[in-house]
This record gives sequence, structure tokens and C-alpha cells, in this order.
Amino acid sequence: MTKYECKACGYIYDPAKGHTASGVAPGTKWEDVPQDWVCPLCGVGKELFEPVD
Amino acid sequence: MSVFSAQKITENVYWVGAIDWALRNFHGYQTSRGTTYNAFLVLGEKLTLVDTVKGAFYDEMMARIASVVDPSRIEVVVSNHAELDHSGSLPRLRESIKPLQIVASPMGAAALAEHFHWDASVTEVKTGQTLSLGDKSLRFVETRMLHWPDSMFAYLEDEKVLFTNDAFGMHLATSERFTDELDHSLVEWEAKKYYANILMPLSSIVKVLLKKLPSLNLDFEVLAPDHGPLWRKEPHQIIELYDRWATAKPTRKAVVVFDTMWQSTAAMARSIGDGLRHGGASAILMPLEGSHRSDVATEVLDAGAIVVGSPTMNNQLYPTVAEVLTYLKGLRPVGKLGAAFGSHGWSGEATSRIEEQLKEMKVELAAEALRHKYVPTTEVLEQCFAMGARLAEKLAQRVENSGE
Ligand SMILES: [Fe+2]
Ligand SMILES: [Fe+2]
Ligand SMILES: [Fe+2]
Repeated sequence: MTKYECKACGYIYDPAKGHTASGVAPGTKWEDVPQDWVCPLCGVGKELFEPVD
Repeated sequence: MSVFSAQKITENVYWVGAIDWALRNFHGYQTSRGTTYNAFLVLGEKLTLVDTVKGAFYDEMMARIASVVDPSRIEVVVSNHAELDHSGSLPRLRESIKPLQIVASPMGAAALAEHFHWDASVTEVKTGQTLSLGDKSLRFVETRMLHWPDSMFAYLEDEKVLFTNDAFGMHLATSERFTDELDHSLVEWEAKKYYANILMPLSSIVKVLLKKLPSLNLDFEVLAPDHGPLWRKEPHQIIELYDRWATAKPTRKAVVVFDTMWQSTAAMARSIGDGLRHGGASAILMPLEGSHRSDVATEVLDAGAIVVGSPTMNNQLYPTVAEVLTYLKGLRPVGKLGAAFGSHGWSGEATSRIEEQLKEMKVELAAEALRHKYVPTTEVLEQCFAMGARLAEKLAQRVENSGE
């Protein structure tokens, strides 16, 4: 599963781990992360994340 | 009569900030012309202060406020950004005037607590929320990561003033409060230097904000940042500039940044610069002995290529070159071409270190590195010239492909 990086602060969303503190269960694909979810470090929205190659 | 006085911005808004004429280093950014910390007094039924100043300038701010009103009458303090250049005077102000309300974004409330370890209750406001000042009102827009997660704008609809905190600011100490009272090229240069050194890594966020701006119903006539002069005549000028800087379209400009031990790497740099010019590009040589990293960043912002030269010293990059590369990497320039060069005595690792770092920065290596032992011969200088010309050609191609 593809990881996504926050272009604002560098936080990396790893689908294998999800982000339980904000209610995203481990194993949640990026596409399935809620549209209004924000970066847990800096608060910007999903539109500012890019796939990590 | 106080020594410091407030300056009127609009009918009911006064500038009550501080001028830091002496500042030359703002967290690593060389502020050759000092800066200002802007704070604003809004004369609503509820007297309101928007932002404060760096802690050391508390007395100056208080004296300016006192030239208009008794500071203890302030009921609301808005903190648009928790960084200490804007919040540093907040704890003392709170002790002294005991405002009824301190207002910040949710992330700002948390950040203030993490700075001051205090027990203050902070009113949290989100994008779109308004705060009534009785006869006037303030509307807030969170601008996360511009400059920090907590940053926000406050809009005083009644007087069409948008308080933008760090955004649209510049480090420039002047007695004038408006950009139209100053030399235009100086203003544009300092605004660009500020963008390059503070906002370049956040360009994608700037783009998102600029796109969103028309839908936010902010019909502002004055843009009031927290550093430097305010924009009142054609405030959209600075928005257009931000759009241009954030987009960073290809240009036919190259920055040749280098240092030298015995003038060998410098000689190579000069030949590369001439080659660039010969190929139709504009070349700016930045010898690091006399150029500060923050000026290099400013030139890199609208350059199409970064050409980096370093001698090899004790098997390492020359320290000034390592420094500037570390700094530039953090600023995340996008869409640049690059190349490395340098003279060495025996081992010559510098050019490959430069290439590694440029690759990490996602700079596209557009010419083979040029490294030479000791003093460059005419032949080597010709190769340098050719490298410059080749880079210029590639820059021209890029500009053409981008349809400019
Ligand atoms: Fe982030
Ligand atoms: Fe800041
Ligand atoms: Fe600031």
C-alpha cells in the first residue's frame, strides 16, 4: 500500500499503521481515509499529501 | 506625551507595534535592514489588540497603545500566531491588563500553552467564526502552516483590513507604515527575500490558500502583515507576486554558488558564469565568502538552475558550501536544474557530495560534474564555459516547453 507524505511538515501516513489517535485504523488505504481528516502534526488537509515513491 | 506614538491605519485601526532597527539575524535569516513587529489596536466597543510584539519590545508597544487609549481598557487580545516575535509580550500584557478574552486558533491555544506553560483560558476560533466587538466584528481564517500549524488571519470587515500575520510581510524596518511610501524595488526585494527564506518550503500551501481566497469573501482594502510595511494601494500586487513565487515557473536564470580556497574553484565559477551568459541565460555568481545563505535562497527562488562549486577540504565539502546546501534543502526549491564543480588537491570528494545533496533536493542533474586537481588549465576553463552554455540551452528548452 502506498504511503503519503504531508508536503507541509513531512509527516508520513503509513496505511499499515493508520493513525489510531485520529480514528484511522491500521490497514486503512489512503483513499479510505476520511476527506476531512487533517495531518496529525500540522493540521493541513489531505489535498496537501503526495504519494511517496 | 509618550515618546512612542501609534500610527493610524484606518478610521479605527492603529498600528501599535515596534521597530527593531538593529536586528540582523532572524533565526538564521540575515535581516540587513532590521524588521518590525506589528501589533494593531482596533477601536471597537470592545477594545481589541491584534497580536503583540517580541518580548524585549513590550514597553514600546505599551507606550504606543497608551498614546491612544489606556491599555487597561483592552478587553480582547487576538493571537494570530504563537511564534515569540508575535506572542512574546503576551504573558506580561496579560498580567498587566488582565484582558477578558485571549483569542487564538485551536492549534494556537495549544501552542501558546506549550510556550508559556500557563493556565490562561484561551477562546478558540475556527475558520469562518466571528467575534463581536460590539459595533464591529472580526472574522477568522485558519492558515495552517503559514507560517506554523497555529497561524490564522483575522478580518475586520467594517474597515476592510485583513490581518495576515506572517504572510505578505517582510523584514524591513522603516518609519513609514505603508509600502506605497517606500521605494518599490526595495519593497519587492525584501518581500521576495521573506518569501524565499520563510515560505518557499510551504509553496504548495500558499497555492492552495490563493486558490481558496476568492471564496472566503474577504473584500480587503488593506493587507496588514505582522512584519514590515502594510499594503493599501493595490494590495493585490503582493498576492500576484506570491502566486508567481509559489508557482516557480522555469526561468533562464542560474545561480552559481561556490566557495574557494586558492581561487581555483572561483576561476571555474567565473567561466561557468560566462558560459551561461553566452548561452543566453542570466548568471548570478554568489561567492560564499561574501554572500549570506539567505541571499542565496532569495536568488534561488526564481532561478531555473543551481550550480554548486566547492573545494575539497580534508576529504569534505568546504564548510560554507555544506551549510548553504543544508539550508537550501530545508527550503525545498522545486523544478530546478543543477550541476557540481570544484577544484581539489588529492582526494576530490566535494563534487560527488554536492551531487548527492542536489539529488536529495530533487534537483535534476543537468551536466556532468567538473572536478579538477589544483589550478585549472585553459582547457578546464573551456570545459567550464561549455558546461555553462549547455545549462543555458537546457534552461531555454525548459522555458519553451512551459509555454512562456
Ligand atoms: Fe503535516
Ligand atoms: Fe512565524
Ligand atoms: Fe513572524
